[in-house]
Amino acid sequence: MGFEVLLKGNNMLRLLGGLGVAMYISLISVAISIVLGIILGALMTLKNPVINAISRVYLEIVRIMPQMVLLFIVYFGATKVLGINLSAEISAIIVFSFWGTAEMSDLVRGALSGIDKIQYESSMALGMNTRQTYFHVIIPQIIRRLIPLSINLITRMIKTTSLVMMIGIVEVLKVGQQIIEANRKSSPNAAFGIFATIFLLYFIACYPISCLSKYLEKKWEK
Amino acid sequence: MNFEVIRDYLPLYFKAFLLTIKIGWIGIALSLGIGVISAFILHFKIPVLSAIVKVYVELFRNTPLLVQLFFVYFGLPKIGISISAEACGAIGLGLLGGSYMTESFRSGLDAVPLSQTESSLALGMTKGRLFTSVILPQAFTLSVPAVVANLIFLLKETSVFSAISLMDLMFTAKDLIGLYYNTTECLVMLVVFYVIMLLPVSILGSFVEKKARFKMFGN
Repeated sequence: MGFEVLLKGNNMLRLLGGLGVAMYISLISVAISIVLGIILGALMTLKNPVINAISRVYLEIVRIMPQMVLLFIVYFGATKVLGINLSAEISAIIVFSFWGTAEMSDLVRGALSGIDKIQYESSMALGMNTRQTYFHVIIPQIIRRLIPLSINLITRMIKTTSLVMMIGIVEVLKVGQQIIEANRKSSPNAAFGIFATIFLLYFIACYPISCLSKYLEKKWEK
Repeated sequence: MNFEVIRDYLPLYFKAFLLTIKIGWIGIALSLGIGVISAFILHFKIPVLSAIVKVYVELFRNTPLLVQLFFVYFGLPKIGISISAEACGAIGLGLLGGSYMTESFRSGLDAVPLSQTESSLALGMTKGRLFTSVILPQAFTLSVPAVVANLIFLLKETSVFSAISLMDLMFTAKDLIGLYYNTTECLVMLVVFYVIMLLPVSILGSFVEKKARFKMFGN
């Protein structure tokens, strides 16, 4: 079946290292997206027409452009048009942050505008000042809504980073292909074992995170 | 920008565009079918089958399409199951989409309030009548936004097909860049064709969403 290849040499460790590269890129991109997304999302609730127009165009671009196309534009296009030579990792981080920021800002905007006016009014009626209203009433509610959704964004980011092999980053799929090529003679069926293992590795990486997101969402719903 | 190059490449891109749309929509049709059936299985809690559906949904929601395609296209032939690249693309997209659609339809079915069922039964409706004329229309309307989002997501995911050497838009662009080095023109055409493919779906989707919302809540 081709699973024996995994036990040869340090093949399993190499696969895990490849998954590590994908994780590393996705975690950096998620961190950037969360920070920029919160800022942009807060700006979007200001109802400034210029900001609104720009953010709508931006969100629509991200909504309809496949991430792979964006990767190609940044990785191949930037070099050709602007003469900037970006490494594959940097282009991947730029593209995934660009995508993640859009997703995150939409979530932040949704969470902010989902808070009823009555919350502000009741806080005022209780004699709280603006700072107290935000720190004790509004922000805790927003955080509870945002945390499950941001955790969900992490799993989507991890899944999407599998695309980086198409611009030549050596991550888990590429390592898998290398192992298959190297063992073509000794175990011709390696492709099945290796790709089944990668499939499971991704599942093991993402499943707990999505469970956590679901659990928190349920817990904080009430 | 060299417009002669664009004119020369146009037929190639158009061919790729048609292939992408064909496989994309076959995959989406498959995913809708799988989604509806699995959602019913989950909603009615059919024993054994609902356990299988749960495993299927979690497995496919938590792995990337690229990995699924590699497994089906390069892995399965090694144990004697050979599938052509086109069929592989459609099946892969159908299975991935099926897991997302299942969730959307199921949450639609679950979101119909219990009072609807109770009042229909109080009015003397049969179980079949209750399901087809009360639950289903409401569940469908409730799941429209999620389904539209899934449609766009799945059409975007078709860009992954190039990895299993299907001659889709992405593959054509990469190929032409490698052959003739007209990077700018190739990338611009790639973007234009994806916009042509996805913008109508996006606009139509928002329109349908608004209609569904109006039907449900009257605003």
